Amino acid sequence: MTQDALASAAVAGPAGSAAPAGGSAVPGSSVLGGSAEPGSAVPAGPLVTVTDLEVGYVRRRRTVPAVRGVSLTIARGETVALVGESGSGKSTIANTLIGLLPDNARVTGGTVTFDLGGGSGDGGGGNSGRDSGDGDGDGGGARRVEVVGARERVLRGLRGRVVSLVPQDPMVGLNPTRRIGAQVAESIRLRGVNGDQVRAEVLEFLTQAGIDDPELRARQYPHELSGGLRQRVLIAIALAGRPQMIIADEPTSALDVTVQRRILDHLEGLVRESGISLLIITHDLAVAADRSDRVLVLQDGSIVEQGVPGRILVNPEQEYTRRLIAAAPGLAHGGRIVPRLVLRPDEVTTPDPVILLENLTKRYPLPGRQSGSFLALDDVSLQVARGRTHALVGESGSGKTTALRLALGLEKATSGRVLLDGVDITDQGWRQTRPLRRKVQLVHQNPFASLDPRFSIGRSIIEPLASFGIGDRRSRRARAVELLDQVALPASYLDRLPAELSGGQRQRVAIARSLALEPEVVLLDEPVSALDVSVQEQILALLRDLQERLGLSYLFISHDLSIVAQISHTVTVLNRGKVAESGAVAEVFGSPRSEYTRELIEAIPGQRSAALSAGAGVPVHA
Amino acid sequence: MTRYILGRFAQALGVLWAAYTVTFAVLYLLPSDPIALQLGAAGIETDKLTPAELHTAKARFGLDRPILEQYFSDLWGFLRGDLGESIAKQQSVASLIGDRLAPTLSLSLAAAVVALLAGTALAYLASYVRWRPARLVLTRLPSFGASFPQFFIALVLIQFLSFNLGLLPATGIRGWKSLVMPTITISILVASQLAAVLMRSFDDTLSQPYIVTARAKGLSRAAVQWHHGLRNALLPATTILGVLVGLTVTSSIIAETVFSRNGIGKLAQEAVLAQDVPVVLAIVTLAAAIFVVVNLVVDLLYPLLDPRIVQGQRKEVTI
Repeated sequence: MTQDALASAAVAGPAGSAAPAGGSAVPGSSVLGGSAEPGSAVPAGPLVTVTDLEVGYVRRRRTVPAVRGVSLTIARGETVALVGESGSGKSTIANTLIGLLPDNARVTGGTVTFDLGGGSGDGGGGNSGRDSGDGDGDGGGARRVEVVGARERVLRGLRGRVVSLVPQDPMVGLNPTRRIGAQVAESIRLRGVNGDQVRAEVLEFLTQAGIDDPELRARQYPHELSGGLRQRVLIAIALAGRPQMIIADEPTSALDVTVQRRILDHLEGLVRESGISLLIITHDLAVAADRSDRVLVLQDGSIVEQGVPGRILVNPEQEYTRRLIAAAPGLAHGGRIVPRLVLRPDEVTTPDPVILLENLTKRYPLPGRQSGSFLALDDVSLQVARGRTHALVGESGSGKTTALRLALGLEKATSGRVLLDGVDITDQGWRQTRPLRRKVQLVHQNPFASLDPRFSIGRSIIEPLASFGIGDRRSRRARAVELLDQVALPASYLDRLPAELSGGQRQRVAIARSLALEPEVVLLDEPVSALDVSVQEQILALLRDLQERLGLSYLFISHDLSIVAQISHTVTVLNRGKVAESGAVAEVFGSPRSEYTRELIEAIPGQRSAALSAGAGVPVHA
Repeated sequence: MTRYILGRFAQALGVLWAAYTVTFAVLYLLPSDPIALQLGAAGIETDKLTPAELHTAKARFGLDRPILEQYFSDLWGFLRGDLGESIAKQQSVASLIGDRLAPTLSLSLAAAVVALLAGTALAYLASYVRWRPARLVLTRLPSFGASFPQFFIALVLIQFLSFNLGLLPATGIRGWKSLVMPTITISILVASQLAAVLMRSFDDTLSQPYIVTARAKGLSRAAVQWHHGLRNALLPATTILGVLVGLTVTSSIIAETVFSRNGIGKLAQEAVLAQDVPVVLAIVTLAAAIFVVVNLVVDLLYPLLDPRIVQGQRKEVTI
């Protein structure tokens, strides 16, 4: 029951343990955020109390535990981060809190209690009547609601109005066939608001979530909005129920770093202002440390460590926590981005690059209109030197993917040249370039989508061999075993299906497949952005190792500079189709000349906390 | 938008022309002697005719012209609404079809509407019900319904509703009552096919992340399924709507035969048996026209159902 003790200690006074120098991350200051519920008597106890929670999933008639005896509390106005790898049970805890566990989940023990205080829970006033009118079964008086074992009616009363959710992926989190306004309005109507007031509140909440021109946005459909705007709409929906707590489930991992930073800043400001509690679910300790008052580290369904970010970063008790810190590049060197690979200035350009893009321009005609076109790439030149890694960095829409498609010969450039291994492929047809194609292979961003779910791992890996007619059945199988070995997977995986593998293992398979034809260059399209930070590190290490052993060249596409620093020799920063800056990684990141590069560097999570711990004079990571 | 609609219309006309041409080619280029076939349909035995008589007989039905000329003159006739003359019945094809069109249209329409509603309702219910036994029964219903031959359903219906209970007339066309059993016969199959597709579609839709968003707002399961599930689940099913209407039309041939309804289906059956080429050609073209119109309507409705479709093109999601 040490966890109990830990949890209550943390509630009583998290500041009691090593108060860090930074100030902004000191929990005491934010808990005070008294503007939350003016006038109403704020109960002293925590908003949520979780005691000995046990949750399992039923698989083949057996219950596999996912959460084992977790106890935690979240105070009013407090921001708590749950950190752990996939499968650590963090999302299960979040789903239990909001009563949205999947059908095959079973709560096998423990309690989850919301203390809603005596009065109406919402700080907004005006609509407070709905709370008491909703009758949760336990009458008025003490407003404590137990979630475990509660009926759907009770849970529905909690959702949206007490706890709301900002889901993980904004691209799929909104109903594609309803207007934004209607989707926000639903949350407002559930509070009993009617008529013209609904419309006014829709605009109000959209504005609160930081959306310009809310009148226009309310009329639009989700597909007309960017990912960042959609995430803001989801935040508006979460706010619209006037909840006391918001659960943000990996709130930004699907977004560009700069957008991620702006949205997290905004969300942080909102909860501080309104006294809403925030529970952040993340695999990235850097995000957790930057944003929360208190960090809970989860491993295999148990809380292994908790405390204020300063304490956790400076003085981690668990090996697991140390691993998570090491995996977050933003935390590793006191917030500075330190490139792993350093080149001499004269090594930056090479006379004989394996890929050379020369003055590439790509224009797409805009659909529907007669005139006008979109300039995706504007006079972009870059080269990939043999045996080295060149990174192409930028946000969505910067032209990274277009450049990649041109380099692969999948699309024709409007002007400019593409040279593969010294051969101009710009004006060549598919048939002429096919032999060259063996030299260039691609690894996709999402290992969950890039493997055919019906192909065994072995079949996926030897598919390139089969399509080029290389070898016979036996030699291909032998090659598949060899390739699996190169990516550190056992030969027994040959007959498995992708569904049986984790994300990291699948990405290893995808890498093995790309190596089947012994290419000279591998194009890596955000190869780790769909993976947990700790797995990212392993995949990057594998890629570095393969480069050393096989002499591979990489063109590495990413929006995350901290990852680029881990693997690249040289880098080109793209901004709206133009080259903002290029050169050796150490030089570009060390003294960025363009404002845009600086912005990207500042957006890397973890710097705030890293600076904090560095300020304490303790090296975080050797 | 108008450009899109005009384009779709042109495409529809193209499909119609192709259907007519293929049917014409199949009927006239069969390895048998089409002229003897058709004259035989008119009760004239070509073997017993003198060459002069044969020539007049051919001239009477316009069969003495070269095949291409026949094709173009028949096509021109079709475009003006002149469907030619039935060889077996010595009557204009247009009036033959006109007489039989109303009962078939009312049957097909009734069957299509019933099948659409029943199939959607079944799938909606199956994905809403939580109680496992009920859910199991509901999800098995489509394959059960689709596995009975239509003539068998028709005979069972006649046995019970007409002969045993005497509720409905077994055959003929007498008001709405005679429409009930053929409608049920057709719509069981069509509804089953639709429900099978929709059930999968509901499963997919209700496991989408935006459903979690909707539930997290505090909406009831019923509200989530109605406001966020239904429309999105219907979208993929609209693509098979054209196929299902085609199925309704072909099913009406069986239904009309079993229930002795004097409709297009029965006419088609008679025409094929009598090898009455102009009638068969007209009916096939009519069926193709119905098919084309339904698909055109679906295409034009699609942008209204799915806001992501603009001017007939799906907006590509950038990777």
